Amino acid sequence: MFEDVRDLYNAAILERGRRPHHMSKLAAFDATAKGDNPMCGDRVTVWLKYAPDGRIAETGFDARGCEISKASADLMVEAVQGQAPADTRAMFERFRQMAQTGDCPACAAFAPLAPLAAVHAYPSRIKCATLPWHALLAALEGTTNATSES
Amino acid sequence: MNDAAQFFDIKAIRAQFPILSEKIRGKDLVFLDSAASAQKPRAVIDAMVHAMEHQYANIHRGLHWMSERTTEAYELTRDAVARLLNARDRSEIVFVRNTTEAINLLAHSYGRAIMKPGQAVVISAMEHHSNIVPWQMLRDAHGIELRVAPITDAGELDMAAFEALLADGRVGLVAITHMSNVLGTYIPAERIVAIAHAHGAKVMLDGSQSIVHRRIDVQALDADFFVFTGHKLYGPTGIGVLWGRRELLDAMPPFLGGGDMISSVSFERSTWADTPHKFEAGTPAIIEGIGLHAAIQFVEAIGYPAIAAHEAALTEHALAKMSAIEGVTVIGRAQDRGGVVSFTLDRAHAHDVATLLDRQGIAVRAGQHCAEPLMRRLGLDSTARASFGIYTTHEEIDALADTLTRIREFFA
Repeated sequence: MFEDVRDLYNAAILERGRRPHHMSKLAAFDATAKGDNPMCGDRVTVWLKYAPDGRIAETGFDARGCEISKASADLMVEAVQGQAPADTRAMFERFRQMAQTGDCPACAAFAPLAPLAAVHAYPSRIKCATLPWHALLAALEGTTNATSES
Repeated sequence: MNDAAQFFDIKAIRAQFPILSEKIRGKDLVFLDSAASAQKPRAVIDAMVHAMEHQYANIHRGLHWMSERTTEAYELTRDAVARLLNARDRSEIVFVRNTTEAINLLAHSYGRAIMKPGQAVVISAMEHHSNIVPWQMLRDAHGIELRVAPITDAGELDMAAFEALLADGRVGLVAITHMSNVLGTYIPAERIVAIAHAHGAKVMLDGSQSIVHRRIDVQALDADFFVFTGHKLYGPTGIGVLWGRRELLDAMPPFLGGGDMISSVSFERSTWADTPHKFEAGTPAIIEGIGLHAAIQFVEAIGYPAIAAHEAALTEHALAKMSAIEGVTVIGRAQDRGGVVSFTLDRAHAHDVATLLDRQGIAVRAGQHCAEPLMRRLGLDSTARASFGIYTTHEEIDALADTLTRIREFFA
């Protein structure tokens, strides 16, 4: 019955959404921020730890929400591992473009995020996929709250 | 055959809603989101188009044929609403954009001018944000206390706690939903009004959901204010109603200032038009007002006894079907409840459920339903919600139930 949703609800998303690999708070962290989509009820908290050279050494998250937001958060943690903040911001811009259009320029650079490419065909769910990134960028900026609903 | 089918012909009713023949990705539309906004019958669509094609000008000011005819058509809606609510007089009907604007009007005008700092407003734990935020704004601007009447785990108003909130005699207004948009609960409105009046408080009923399904008689309810929106009652968006007792409306100052609400204007001072026009500043939603009249005629032609029976039969059927699905939890178990069924599924989040239902052409709402405090009270971050309209069939509820079973298997 649901073969037509396998583009988004693929094996990788179902696995990550239901059994995230990185859904835990960091014992020690340098920055944290919350993402909150009050209209739909999704919430995510992101914790960051920097390496001495300023790159992202470790990321953890806690999420209350749908499969898409949790899977996106989990994949994001791996994608930004070892990245400098500026590169992380650039990666988010590419990810956002992919989520909105399905096009994936320089996709090889973040192959781990490719399972989310089909979300563009589900317009009301794009904000689920981008919420963890808004929280991550808020943490990078040193602010504490973010949303992907506006 | 169900009870409702004896009262009306569901096929004939559905045939009046053009949108119901639309296909969603090749599948029949199963529209179970009427509590958010209802679909429009042909009569409403035609009335609005007819007005724009044959009978349109600004109202209340023109001296020409078109303006006079349009004014007449618009004002006939006021008569129709007065009859619909059994108001004492047509002047008690104030047109606004929607329920939200009606409540803001009350909070601003009644709240700031009639209520005194130190008095309190009572709402309930199952209000829509539109009946929370305006009162918080009043609280912060005018020193009004905001009290929240709790609900039971079944999703009914806790009547003892409600009465206790009124005991000190400081409550000026009870502003409460007549039917919850999340739980489907009908409150015992007559009892609530009697208790409030016994403690010197006025009562505003938010009828956004209730007027869709049940006959409203504001005199029998003995309410002081009743608010609803047109678009949930098969009418257009942009037109809603505040009904209030004439003496209360007369004592209230205007909400918005401008044209159409004045008696005379000079640069030194202006005087207001009489109730209800002093609350209706600016050119109103003329076409939408005319559309609302058509919607009321549509509803009254079918009749509330048949509509209420249809809703009761659908709700009973839905509760039985949903409760039988493993992993589905229906939220809210009020004794007196209507055609709004919120639920959760154990294996999937409400958003994922809604997306998969949508792929089968089934439209439900998922999220917090503009009732975040209620979600918190229920210990939930979101629910899916199926809500029924005059065109909803038992077969559509069966389709929902069957698809939910399959969704649960998908997420096994």
